[in-house]
Amino acid sequence: MSTPHSMPSKCASALLRVRGLAVSYNARGEQPVPALRQVDFDIAPGEIVGILGESGSGKSTLALSILGLLPESARLGGSIFLDGEDFSSVAESRWAEVRGVKVAMIFQEPGLSLSPVMRAGDQIGEVIRAHHSGGTKQRKLEVETALKDAGISDVDRIYRAYPHQLSGGELHRVAIAQALACRPALVIADEPTRSLDVTLQVEIRNALRDINRTYGSTLIFITHNPALLTGFADRVMVMYAGRIVEAGPVAQVYRRPLHPYTKGLLQLIPGPMQHSGLISSFTRRERLPAIPGSLTPFDQLGRGCAFEPRCSARIADCQIESPDEIAPEPDRRVSCFNHGN
Amino acid sequence: MGTEAAAARLALQPALMRARGLSKRYVQRTPFSRRSFAIEALVDVNFEIAPGCLTALIGQSGSGKSTLASCLAMMEKPDYGEIWFEGSEISHWSRRKLAPLRPRIQMVFQDSAGALDPRFSAAQVIEEPLQIQHRERGQNLRVRACQLMEEVGLSPDWANRSPLELSGGQRQRLAIARAIALKPSLLILDESLSGLDLSTQAQILNLLLDLKAAHSLTCLLITHDLSLVGQIADFVAVMHQGTIVECGSAPQVFGSAQHPQTCKLLASVQLLETAFRTARAGGRG
Repeated sequence: MSTPHSMPSKCASALLRVRGLAVSYNARGEQPVPALRQVDFDIAPGEIVGILGESGSGKSTLALSILGLLPESARLGGSIFLDGEDFSSVAESRWAEVRGVKVAMIFQEPGLSLSPVMRAGDQIGEVIRAHHSGGTKQRKLEVETALKDAGISDVDRIYRAYPHQLSGGELHRVAIAQALACRPALVIADEPTRSLDVTLQVEIRNALRDINRTYGSTLIFITHNPALLTGFADRVMVMYAGRIVEAGPVAQVYRRPLHPYTKGLLQLIPGPMQHSGLISSFTRRERLPAIPGSLTPFDQLGRGCAFEPRCSARIADCQIESPDEIAPEPDRRVSCFNHGN
Repeated sequence: MGTEAAAARLALQPALMRARGLSKRYVQRTPFSRRSFAIEALVDVNFEIAPGCLTALIGQSGSGKSTLASCLAMMEKPDYGEIWFEGSEISHWSRRKLAPLRPRIQMVFQDSAGALDPRFSAAQVIEEPLQIQHRERGQNLRVRACQLMEEVGLSPDWANRSPLELSGGQRQRLAIARAIALKPSLLILDESLSGLDLSTQAQILNLLLDLKAAHSLTCLLITHDLSLVGQIADFVAVMHQGTIVECGSAPQVFGSAQHPQTCKLLASVQLLETAFRTARAGGRG
């Protein structure tokens, strides 16, 4: 089941390189609220990277900053290299050239991000028209290919349908086709399956995996469900309070999580120890092993580790300063003083 | 509570709520034409809710789960069929006759931001039903609201905050506090967890288990996501195209699913979680 990609090389050929990324939102007359702090990572071409974290951890802000779609109230620091070009301070016109061709996004609610007054096929065609000069016929063919790639079998019906005539799963596939119409090198999927049932979640995820295999598109898959990443993503980055607290290959991180937060997330789904007969997926529990507490609001964060108030492995240092990122093993990174405990 | 114990209790006690042959159709008009078409939302539904248990109602979107919930909560009248609640058949009762029953059945909705009045403070959200039903007055009203906030894990210091200042999970806690304020016997949660993170879902489910034990509350949890609910539900009913295709105790349904729709729902969860489990154990996932 594991994907056949090699592990990321030492960033020499990174498709996306993010260094010291910090984003804060400035409301007029109020203190700026940080949403991302000191985010560093590389993504190699053809990789599938999962970003795991709860709402408010900065996942979506990260996605928007890679696309240059942050609202005007946001302040961005650090640098974002896409194919070697620094995009942290380029003009909007340059972003418009790149968006859809080099980097594209699949949004959370396709029902809201698609226009209700345009046929699905025409909406996908618009993306192609913006970037390629081709005739109407050529464009229609490309749209049909995109729809097929997104796993749609009755292309004609979907092409002519308005969004309200499509089911939830079909809408997601149209959104995927739209994002992939120009074969972008990097696709960011921001919780594309959140409101779907598990059957559809797995189908949509598998459609994305097929696209990755066929075209070698690099994929960033944002989710809050760790189970969705197995057999799919090569690497996982766990975000908490605007930082990446743990990163590494999915197989290694899931087998032996280093950060207490990762450990807590993984425990929500019954692990190998609780196997019991036929109903192994539904091991009965009197209580679910939830992570206590909730994300501290950014404006109330102290000097210490942001996870400290909820952490079961906290030590004295945790309250005094925020841990730096360390690499205890090759390919793995973690920000925790007491990692592995 | 163990499932065997729950099953034994069901055998001894009559169901808290029972639906017999429930049917409901919605007639809609095609836009720009006079033609109309009917959607069979419920087709001959037979369903029981055991007292003091957590029953999960699962099914894909469009299977009729929410219509069933609103019929059981008496927000919609079914076209045919009977609804028995605490020993009486209520499906054809008038609004006036239903009024005293309404506090006994409470509902928590999916979209907490839309369900709670943004002009109310958190405490007012809880106080409103108490006021309407004349359960508390004056100073006691606020005291009781703060008690309830504490019970669902919200700090009473937040009494004056607007629901919109709370996070999704905290808002859903507030909605639960409002729902249990009138001490209902049946709490219906219609997809109340589906917008939340996994860890928040787990916290709220734990809260429900606590409330269930403390108030001998009966819960009907409607969901399309089995991953967490499947671990704690006592009974499971599977809906497909307007009918209940399978129901029984959780181990029974999960252990030996009969209907293809149940198998389909379970297969994808199991596929996902077997892969996850293998990865956790260190095999090739």
